[in-house]
Amino acid sequence: MNPELVVVKTEAETLIRAQGINQTWGSRHVLQSIDIAISENEIVTIIGPNGCGKSSLLRILLGLHTADSGKVTRRKGLRIGYMPQNLRIDDRLPLSVTGFLMLAPGARKARVQEWLSRLSITELAKQPVQRLSGGEWQRVLLARALLIEPHLLVLDEPVQGVDIQGQRELYQLLPELRNELGCGIVLVSHDLHLVMAQTDRVICLNGHVCCSGHPDQVSVSDEYNSLFGNQRGHQHNHPLAPLAPVSELAPELAHYTHHHDHKHCVDGHVEGSKECDHVDQEQSDTHKEHKHD
Amino acid sequence: MISWWLLPLFAGLGVAATAGPLGSLVVWRRLAFFGDTLAHGALLGITLGILFDLHLTLALIFSCSVLALILLQLDKYTGIASDTLLGILSHSSLAIGLVVLSFFDNVRIDLMAYLFGDLLAVNQNDLLWIFAGGTLVIGLLIWQWRGLLASTVSEELAAIDGYPVKRLKAMLVLLLALVVAISMKIVGVLLISALLIIPAAAARPLAKSPEQMAMLASLIGMLSVCAGMAFSFIWDTPTGPTIVVSAASLFVMSQVYNSVRK
Repeated sequence: MNPELVVVKTEAETLIRAQGINQTWGSRHVLQSIDIAISENEIVTIIGPNGCGKSSLLRILLGLHTADSGKVTRRKGLRIGYMPQNLRIDDRLPLSVTGFLMLAPGARKARVQEWLSRLSITELAKQPVQRLSGGEWQRVLLARALLIEPHLLVLDEPVQGVDIQGQRELYQLLPELRNELGCGIVLVSHDLHLVMAQTDRVICLNGHVCCSGHPDQVSVSDEYNSLFGNQRGHQHNHPLAPLAPVSELAPELAHYTHHHDHKHCVDGHVEGSKECDHVDQEQSDTHKEHKHD
Repeated sequence: MISWWLLPLFAGLGVAATAGPLGSLVVWRRLAFFGDTLAHGALLGITLGILFDLHLTLALIFSCSVLALILLQLDKYTGIASDTLLGILSHSSLAIGLVVLSFFDNVRIDLMAYLFGDLLAVNQNDLLWIFAGGTLVIGLLIWQWRGLLASTVSEELAAIDGYPVKRLKAMLVLLLALVVAISMKIVGVLLISALLIIPAAAARPLAKSPEQMAMLASLIGMLSVCAGMAFSFIWDTPTGPTIVVSAASLFVMSQVYNSVRK
């Protein structure tokens, strides 16, 4: 064991901790006894199939919703910068990018300009927010999250609808930001297979915490091939559209391999169960014995 | 000696100036129907005020505020779609007000004046209310402008950023109630939301920022008051509706300007 690593771990302060979170919507157990803690300087990626508790957990962590049971403790005075997945601003509100960013509490013009140039979107400053492209808007949202000088940066599906170049840039930027600001970063993604290479911890959520651990630094080309080997009823190997040669992505992306005893359909649902949250105790017990290779 | 038309003019200008920023928020947050409902419910307030011999303006402010808070709660806790709920409350409270009023033979009020307003009947006391209320409303809006705007953009984001989203919404709704109650005498129950919404909508194509839109809405509203009063004298038309027609004309002009510019 690397002794240095241990030192870092003990020094890092826990920013937010959720314990024993349970949430039911109607008859669906969306979240079952979730325990999650995020520390300073840590990049955590939460992955999970669509509709299986990610957004509920996120809302609970962000304090927008109180869980049925369980406890969320935050470090005192914790500032969270949140980048929502999508935010539509009504056409009736005349708002420029700068005007939008100035709405962040404590925002100053100089800081706004700083972040705009850091994210290379200075030329957007005077544009109405309604006219931005998806990628541009996402950077503006990121700028807003950063403006409040967050201790914890939460990004909901940050690469959805962003081109490969944009993904690369974001994945290069995030570790930089973590080092600069010393903040914890939480990324949420429905992509079960590709995660940011610099992720310290991947948490796989499927109603319960399926498994968690370091992303695998496996040989990229081999892994890429295996993605297309078994497209139906695969073991968490989701078919990915070959958008670009993976060598281009290699430095920023990592493949996360984990084996479950159950099989997932293409949309991520567990085969043979109607709902993605499987309450079956036996099944969730076996999950805990999963190992990552 | 004050000219007889100065009081109504100042009253109208005061209401229009206040309605600008508030109306802009109403437009952005889709509260138009909400304001409408408050105005209709206000008739109930008048009825109660007459029955219990209360100060009418106070009774109005009180009933509008209570109604606003009830609406805010109902919106949260009932499963009925809010526009349906507002529609039900709006028309039934208007109807209840009228029905209750009809039980009292000795009470005769000029319903037309309440429905369409009577600007020319404004007295010094009313003017005082308008300016005191207007100053309070604009002062509070300026004070909390950033938070109000942030929660207009996204209530969730604003809540995460630490703005007191719920309190801001309650404040906005109460200010709306106050303005509706005070301006009722001027443009009447049926036209209050027009005065809130039309100038703001007319200001939209001309504005580049929310603040600009709020100020332009005030100016357009004030221009409508001046024009409306002038035309109502020339053509001997009812003042309240003429003001609204003027505002509507300005709205059409701003839309035409907008499409020509494009």
